[in-house]
Amino acid sequence: MPMLPDSHGRFGPYGGRYVPETLMPALLELEEEYAKAKKDRRFQADLAYYLKQYVGRPTSLYRADRLTKKLGGAKIYLKREDLCHTGAHKINNAIGQVLLAMRMKKRRIIAETGAGQHGVATATAAAMFGLECEVYMGTEDMQRQALNVFRMRLLGAKVTGVDAGSRTLKDAISEAMRDWTTNVRTTHYILGSVLGAHPYPMMIRDFQAIIGKEARKQILAAEGKLPSYLVACVGGGSNSIGLFHAFLGDRTVKMVGVEAGGSGIVSGQHAARFSGGKPGVLQGTMTYLLQDENGQINLTHSVSAGLDYAAVGPEHSLYHDQGRIEYTYATDTEALTAFDLLAREEGIVPALESAHAIAHVIKLAPKLKKSQVIIANLSGRGDKDVQQVARMRGVEL
Amino acid sequence: MSGRLESTFQRLRDKKEKALIAYLMAGDPGLAETEQLVVALEQAGADIIELGVPFSDPIADGPVIQQAAERALKSGTSLRKILDSVKSLRQRTEIPIVLMLYYNSIHAMGYEPFCTAAKDAGVDGLIVPDMPPDEAGPLKRPADAAGLPLIFLLAPTSTPSRRKLVAEESHGFVYYVSLTGITGAKLSNVTDIQQNVKKLKKVSASPVAVGFGVATPEDAARVSKMADGVIVGSAIVKRIASYQQDPGMVDHVAEFVRSLKAAMAPT
Repeated sequence: MPMLPDSHGRFGPYGGRYVPETLMPALLELEEEYAKAKKDRRFQADLAYYLKQYVGRPTSLYRADRLTKKLGGAKIYLKREDLCHTGAHKINNAIGQVLLAMRMKKRRIIAETGAGQHGVATATAAAMFGLECEVYMGTEDMQRQALNVFRMRLLGAKVTGVDAGSRTLKDAISEAMRDWTTNVRTTHYILGSVLGAHPYPMMIRDFQAIIGKEARKQILAAEGKLPSYLVACVGGGSNSIGLFHAFLGDRTVKMVGVEAGGSGIVSGQHAARFSGGKPGVLQGTMTYLLQDENGQINLTHSVSAGLDYAAVGPEHSLYHDQGRIEYTYATDTEALTAFDLLAREEGIVPALESAHAIAHVIKLAPKLKKSQVIIANLSGRGDKDVQQVARMRGVEL
Repeated sequence: MSGRLESTFQRLRDKKEKALIAYLMAGDPGLAETEQLVVALEQAGADIIELGVPFSDPIADGPVIQQAAERALKSGTSLRKILDSVKSLRQRTEIPIVLMLYYNSIHAMGYEPFCTAAKDAGVDGLIVPDMPPDEAGPLKRPADAAGLPLIFLLAPTSTPSRRKLVAEESHGFVYYVSLTGITGAKLSNVTDIQQNVKKLKKVSASPVAVGFGVATPEDAARVSKMADGVIVGSAIVKRIASYQQDPGMVDHVAEFVRSLKAAMAPT
């Protein structure tokens, strides 16, 4: 397999660096510093230390017996990223980037957040290292993820509402990019997914690739063979590329990325970029986008704030075109059914994002043989979503 | 590349004047008003018009231009309609018109069809704020073939090697961004601007215009002493926004532009 991305930050035709000139020197500096850090044993040792002692890695690979029995097909394992400190995989990247910011002597951290998990992870890492932190969040998302807003403030972060456009993740990223453009000399922008300009998609993938590295070892130890399928939800695509990356060279392992089908593709109310989008440039990168014929970005919809975004990470676009990864979607209704099922069968309340992956497992597992194995990435836990789901069901808490 | 841009800078140089580059968001409040504004601003002393193409996610723009883009999109403005407007303006004026548009607007139309259509309409140059020279490859060839100069931006954070790259790749003029920030921010540190423009002029064959943060006749006067051109955007767009319902909107904006140009008169 060739090393991706190339030196221009390209994954085939996707990726690149489509940003205002003001940011170019910062991106070049970040790329250089990251390359140094990657080879620096001290940096790697620090990162490994915090991932083990602070985040709680390795996370377990849990055999979900009751779910397996209920679905009556393939044996299902869950990679338990929900057990990470702060409740989702996002902390893997936040810790890595905060360590980088310290190397670059940048004492102010900014981030965007959709579901709030990346914002919480960044606020957490910033607090632990004593850095100033400001998180941009769409006002629509602040409403549906009120709990995480409060958590970020508890952690000492400033949460700034973004009232432009769709008031969701996309607008939060634009506002964070504007802040970075203004304060680039003192500030490091911790982007939360494999999006944006080079080196972000590569760097964040590398920080998340630990998920798949662990899972590969764990499944070989547990089953003595590789899984038939990997399943993960895809918003920007960091938990999915994190799980998939270590298996890309294993040709027998099939991979499925599950996008947000919202109210259904026909309704237009969704965030399934590979089902309804085409390539274009948004927020620094060339990738699949939901856009109209004039290139204006479409509004998206998903019950899950973390998947509610018009673009997908550029590396995914390449694997989509190559057919290496299959991309499908689960609707809001399917995700909510999966949310309930996992809670009842396994005693695990998944994040609504991760529930999209489980929704696909529900469709896939019964079609497979009992001897086959599926690993689904349980990217986050659902505590943050309990209030929203209660509200949707008319329950006042 | 000899065209309206080059002859305008030449004419001004002969008169020892500096270029006033006025930014308008095309389609704010409607394209009919934009056309009236172009003609009126030329009469008021604008030398070049920078016509913004509204985009849903303008990462380089501050709130004033973001809101203008929202109004323009709401009024049904599209890149094709803007090119039609430029074409119809060409029967009335020879003022250089450069488009400022985000990469995805061009990508969606296709590089070649866009360049051909823009040239046919009478566009004189392109500013793509989210396209550094490093990513200009696919657009460069069709733009060169159509004779459309690509105007790149240089920032206060740019290193000497990037200054050289931007100066080499930029045609028509080089757009020096006066501050680290987005459009409509407050002008700061004039000494820095002066030093950076001086360094840029040493390596640039094209004229240098300064934009971002130029809001008042006083700002315009100061900046015009350092550069070949002064770009005023948000301050103009803000006036269009506040006189939106006023039948005298075009006159009010023209009056402001007249005061900018007067302040830039050689002393």
